[in-house]
Amino acid sequence: MKYTEDHEWLRVEGDLVVVGITEHAATQLGDVVFVELPEVEAMVARGDEVVVIESVKAASDILAPVDGEIIEVNDALVDTPRLVNDDPLGAGWFFKIRVDDLSVLDDFLDEDEYEEMIA
Amino acid sequence: MTEDTALRRLALNDLHLALGARLVPFAGYEMPVQYSAGVMQEHLHTRAAAGLFDVSHMGQVILWPKVGMDRLALALEALVPADVAGLKPGRQRYGLFTDMRGGILDDFMVANRETHFLVVVNAACKAADLAHMRAHLSPVAEVIGVTDRALLALQGPLSEAALARLLPDVARMRFLDVTTQVWQGQDIWVSRSGYSGEDGFELSLPETHARAFAEALLAMPEVAPAGLGARDSLRLEAGLCLYGHDIDTTTSPVEAGLGWAIQPVRRAGGARAGGFPGADRILRELADGPSRLRVGLRPEGRAPMREGTALFHGGTRVGTVTSGGFGPSVGAPIAMGYVPRALAGPGTLLQGEVRSRHMPVAVSALPFRTTAYKR
Repeated sequence: MKYTEDHEWLRVEGDLVVVGITEHAATQLGDVVFVELPEVEAMVARGDEVVVIESVKAASDILAPVDGEIIEVNDALVDTPRLVNDDPLGAGWFFKIRVDDLSVLDDFLDEDEYEEMIA
Repeated sequence: MTEDTALRRLALNDLHLALGARLVPFAGYEMPVQYSAGVMQEHLHTRAAAGLFDVSHMGQVILWPKVGMDRLALALEALVPADVAGLKPGRQRYGLFTDMRGGILDDFMVANRETHFLVVVNAACKAADLAHMRAHLSPVAEVIGVTDRALLALQGPLSEAALARLLPDVARMRFLDVTTQVWQGQDIWVSRSGYSGEDGFELSLPETHARAFAEALLAMPEVAPAGLGARDSLRLEAGLCLYGHDIDTTTSPVEAGLGWAIQPVRRAGGARAGGFPGADRILRELADGPSRLRVGLRPEGRAPMREGTALFHGGTRVGTVTSGGFGPSVGAPIAMGYVPRALAGPGTLLQGEVRSRHMPVAVSALPFRTTAYKR
């Protein structure tokens, strides 16, 4: 598992990268009440706003961590947005993205580095 | 208040931290926005049982009469469209300071505590309100900013059961009654009121005893701490205005749907009609209707429409959301905003611009949830 400085986690699954937010981020956001997901087959660039999360308090954007094509989105979040709070590392994933070269993940934080960042 | 002023800490700051509060800057104070349970749970617990809020940032102002309560009441009526002279001892009501253009300088609660009035004002307006009252009331009142008392709000259907264990006489109070109760030798100024749409109490007590009192309440199974986040979602569901958002100097009381805060005696034909700042406009709007109105809004999708969301009708910009979010008890996004009077009828379909897209939103009656005061 890799992590971004924006509190996303990235997990390789075959030739795809699964993206979600960390437990730390989910706690900070508070109770999630709405999630807007990207279109499947959308081509996105690193830094694009691809997901909108609304908590009781405020809206937050999730940025695409890498360039690629959105292959699958977690439709369960549309009806059950609080999966992001209940299981951020599992059932609360947002989307799967296909990248040209999985080695782009080498640039991201590993777990120790992420834990150090939020400590 | 300036940006670089150091944030003030509440007297109960240590208790908040011990309860897992997340603190945020608000109106010059470090305020608990939520505790470990989170906004949603704190909101739902308040609706089901009792939530304890620290609202000590709000301004508590004593108006001590120099030449009698009657003269003071009439002088206050020159600043406020409410019936103050008719407010009986032991009773409280909602009031507004208006300006010459009929805008709202602040909203507040005023209590007749027999020997004096107690006015509770918004934190962000505290200094301006004190100056305003001193400028106009000094001949008839000592205007005293209370600085050594905390203010707690206990809100929810089980508030009476919980509070009566410490202060048995509160069970006899009705909505908007005010009394003084004694706890551990200290005077507690109690009002049966709040800003959640639920039954509840506001309690002003010496800072020195606030922690012990709060802990005595929190030890009860009905009572859980609740922060500013839940206070905001509760008041939004109850259709109550937040000063600086839903009302300000650009909104009149009538536009804001606060005509009920102008009793008949202050209206045209009343014994003390008018005589407050902006009376011309406000009385005219009461008679003829305002050009726009504050309305409830129910977005049809799940996406909240936050403050600032532009409202459209038939492609034309017609208004703006002034408060919006998710209503935990409603189970859906809710909002309030201003629209032209012709579009203010419940059921009118508008569009709100969310992230550059026009999303359907229906005008809705306020409150979103039936209030439960003990009349």
